[in-house]
Amino acid sequence: MESENTAHNDTPRTLTQREKGVLLAALANVMPTASLLHEEEDLRPYECDGLSAYRCLPLAVALPHTVEQVQAVMRLCHLHQVPVIARGAGTGLSGGALPRGDAVVLSLARFNAIVHIDPLNRTARVQPGVRNLAVSEAAAPYGLYYAPDPSSQIACTIGGNVAENAGGVHCLKYGLTVHNVLGLEVVTAQGERLTLGSEALDAPGYDLLALMTGSEGMLGVIVEATVKLLPVPEQARALLAAFDDVGKAGDAVGAIIAAGIIPAGLEMMDRLAIQAAEDYVHAGYPNNAEAILLCEVDGTEQDVAHQAERVREILHGCGATEVQVSQDEQQRLAFWKGRKAAFPAVGRIAPDYYCMDGTIPRKHLAGVLKRITALSAEYGLPVANVFHAGDGNLHPLILYDANKPGELDKAEAFGGDILTACIAAGGTITGEHGVGMEKINHMCLQFPSTALAQFHAVKHAFDPAGLLNPGKAIPTLRRCAEFGAMHVHRGDLPFPDLERF
Amino acid sequence: MQTFISEQLKDTPEGREADAILRSCVHCGFCTAVCPTYQQLGDELDGPRGRIYLIKQALEGGPVSGRTQLHLDRCLTCRACETACPSGVQYARLADIGRELVDKQVPRPLSQRLVRRVLRAVLAHPRRFGAALRLGRAVQFALPAGLRRKLPPVRTAGERPQRQHGRKVLLLDGCVQPAATPRTNTAAARVLDRLGITTLSPAKTGCCGAVSHHLGAHKEGLTFMRRNIDGWWPHIEAGAEAVISAASACSLMIKDYGTLLKHDPAYAAKAAKVSALARDLSEVIAGEDAAALGPVHRNTRVAFHSPCTLQHGQRVTNIVEALLQRLGYELSSVRDGHLCCGSAGTYSLLQPELSRQLLTNKVNALQAGAPQFIVTANVGCQLHLQTAAQVPVRHWIELLDTPSP
Repeated sequence: MESENTAHNDTPRTLTQREKGVLLAALANVMPTASLLHEEEDLRPYECDGLSAYRCLPLAVALPHTVEQVQAVMRLCHLHQVPVIARGAGTGLSGGALPRGDAVVLSLARFNAIVHIDPLNRTARVQPGVRNLAVSEAAAPYGLYYAPDPSSQIACTIGGNVAENAGGVHCLKYGLTVHNVLGLEVVTAQGERLTLGSEALDAPGYDLLALMTGSEGMLGVIVEATVKLLPVPEQARALLAAFDDVGKAGDAVGAIIAAGIIPAGLEMMDRLAIQAAEDYVHAGYPNNAEAILLCEVDGTEQDVAHQAERVREILHGCGATEVQVSQDEQQRLAFWKGRKAAFPAVGRIAPDYYCMDGTIPRKHLAGVLKRITALSAEYGLPVANVFHAGDGNLHPLILYDANKPGELDKAEAFGGDILTACIAAGGTITGEHGVGMEKINHMCLQFPSTALAQFHAVKHAFDPAGLLNPGKAIPTLRRCAEFGAMHVHRGDLPFPDLERF
Repeated sequence: MQTFISEQLKDTPEGREADAILRSCVHCGFCTAVCPTYQQLGDELDGPRGRIYLIKQALEGGPVSGRTQLHLDRCLTCRACETACPSGVQYARLADIGRELVDKQVPRPLSQRLVRRVLRAVLAHPRRFGAALRLGRAVQFALPAGLRRKLPPVRTAGERPQRQHGRKVLLLDGCVQPAATPRTNTAAARVLDRLGITTLSPAKTGCCGAVSHHLGAHKEGLTFMRRNIDGWWPHIEAGAEAVISAASACSLMIKDYGTLLKHDPAYAAKAAKVSALARDLSEVIAGEDAAALGPVHRNTRVAFHSPCTLQHGQRVTNIVEALLQRLGYELSSVRDGHLCCGSAGTYSLLQPELSRQLLTNKVNALQAGAPQFIVTANVGCQLHLQTAAQVPVRHWIELLDTPSP
């Protein structure tokens, strides 16, 4: 296994004071003072991203304004063999921008210009620090919008969206980020510029564009993205259905898809999540429902009227206790506002929450939910569930109190069991938040050693020294043997050829 | 978030209050999307989430220097973050506590202290400010262009009506308003008079206390607040139905009197009553019969700038806009209406560069729809916008006043 011998750079280096001094002096040569942070006081707010339970102070933070500065930082770090961790808005939920003590955090937040909107070609060229929602806002005067809409879209950046292959409510019908990106400008680990993709629908050669999308900052630093814009649908309506049983709601999801309807969005929330969201946004969510379904249909007026009626029938047929249909745009947005702010709204009912992200085949939704409820009782931690039900992507939000000793560990163990349940149901350990730091151990359960070796070979092709976001997403085989993979599956010991101590 | 408040602070009332606020933050970052300084500077340390983290660091006994103080100084306290926050984090309260703590640990250099002292000494006192303004106008040709531009245009105020109605409200004249935009208070009095309400501005009242409070002189601010409560109290007992201001910054401050004086046994109850009666002028006018206001002004397009202290601080949205539309005014659409104009009290004087950037963006957004007037609800915004706008900037109450501006 040759790839095991490459520098995975999994373990942070301890730099001497002198080494730090030399590096910081070199960085200060290429970055203006206000664009380079290195004192503990200034580094602390950069020690985590949206997953604030995992924290680590970086060596330095660079805040470039230009691509030339990005290249200069990359070249310098390559010369000194210093890892680089790219960061957008820091809203990620899997620790993708979690720093390391020997690494430089490279913030792309200042790259917030929308370079060009081409309404005829329906494309937008944007810098990586442009907020997701800002793309749609800029495209709105042309009757266009950018479809992938993660719930954090008000704040999250396109660069981060590409790195994580972000999804969102509307990805059921309109695809993930990878289906909506046409081109990327990337700076490599060596500081060179690389152009991927093209304005056309396909490009010859290996599809490096799709490879880069979702590579979690490990293959290159994105400095520009060309994204697809879609026409704003003539009309969109949202249906809000209440259920007195989670299983019935799960069945309704399957029934809607089975009827051949592809909704623009199909989301589910359970009792606790509904409560939190309703307290925040007062959208008229039924406060005593066990589950609600939010189903959006869009298209021409006729399509919408037809689909809305069919969906309504199906919802009632599956036992919905009440069904509301949005009467105007304001109401439609209000229905969604609670769902979109569900995660942080849960912050109102508990001091902390741990957001899980797994995907399962739709038909197993009710079963997995039952398992989660059982685990919740076992661990003694409440859980609020929010799902992209249409594609089986679950977000159980485990509520805990970080200030109570041991609760974070319990929450993590609970989360781990949920992911195991997802895999057991034939699903995956991530829907859209990425693997990052958070789920790296579970990658050992998801993939056999041959697949992991292949991943490492690809990484080696881009970044032989392992400087870009090391220790994330793809575990080494040794990590798998030592940490997570001691689950004996069907009597087989995983990675039998590795020595164990 | 997980917190480790230091031993000295964790059992103090401020420490406990700050801890509760910190723990309500889940570090989601929604706030960064609407923060004017984060959008300008692109540095986590100059956004609400980073500032919360810096304050947490200070409360946990971590390193604090002039750099943290600068990042907190750069905060406009516009509270747009509070509006965007789904977790209900009371950012402004936390910032108050955090700033006080940081200022204690990081004494300001003499030059900064002097400037702040002068600002408090002049701005918060109507007579002194009036004198300074008259002096400024007298020597304006000798002033540098930047300073000259800041002088508000001279306009007639008109008379305050003398009729006595059964209904009475207390109007806070304010500190800067009487000299800088004298027409605002008189127009308010005239409009209220037409609605059958007498406006009272008792002699012993003055600055609402915001200038001192937001410059860290909390005790001085409380003195102003107590003086106002004393001046208003006999009229409240006699049945005045509201305590109002035409400046949203002041009406917001008055709404906070109850919270800020809750530990003062002599004033707690009165302050709570005053805050319960506090309204912005727009809330009072909107509650009355608009038909009594007429006439209708067709063919006049205005751009409305909603002050932060109105939309974020008081969560009063769409009230002025609806009023103006009912009277026939056409409102041009304004991009990024949630963002601060950069005035933010004394901010335009203490952080001129950032203030200027925000002003330029705001004026561009307001003038994009080719309005005939820019209209706002706060004296600070009005004066600030006028320094760069190409059209007249008015307080919205003037549009309801006859004759029209």
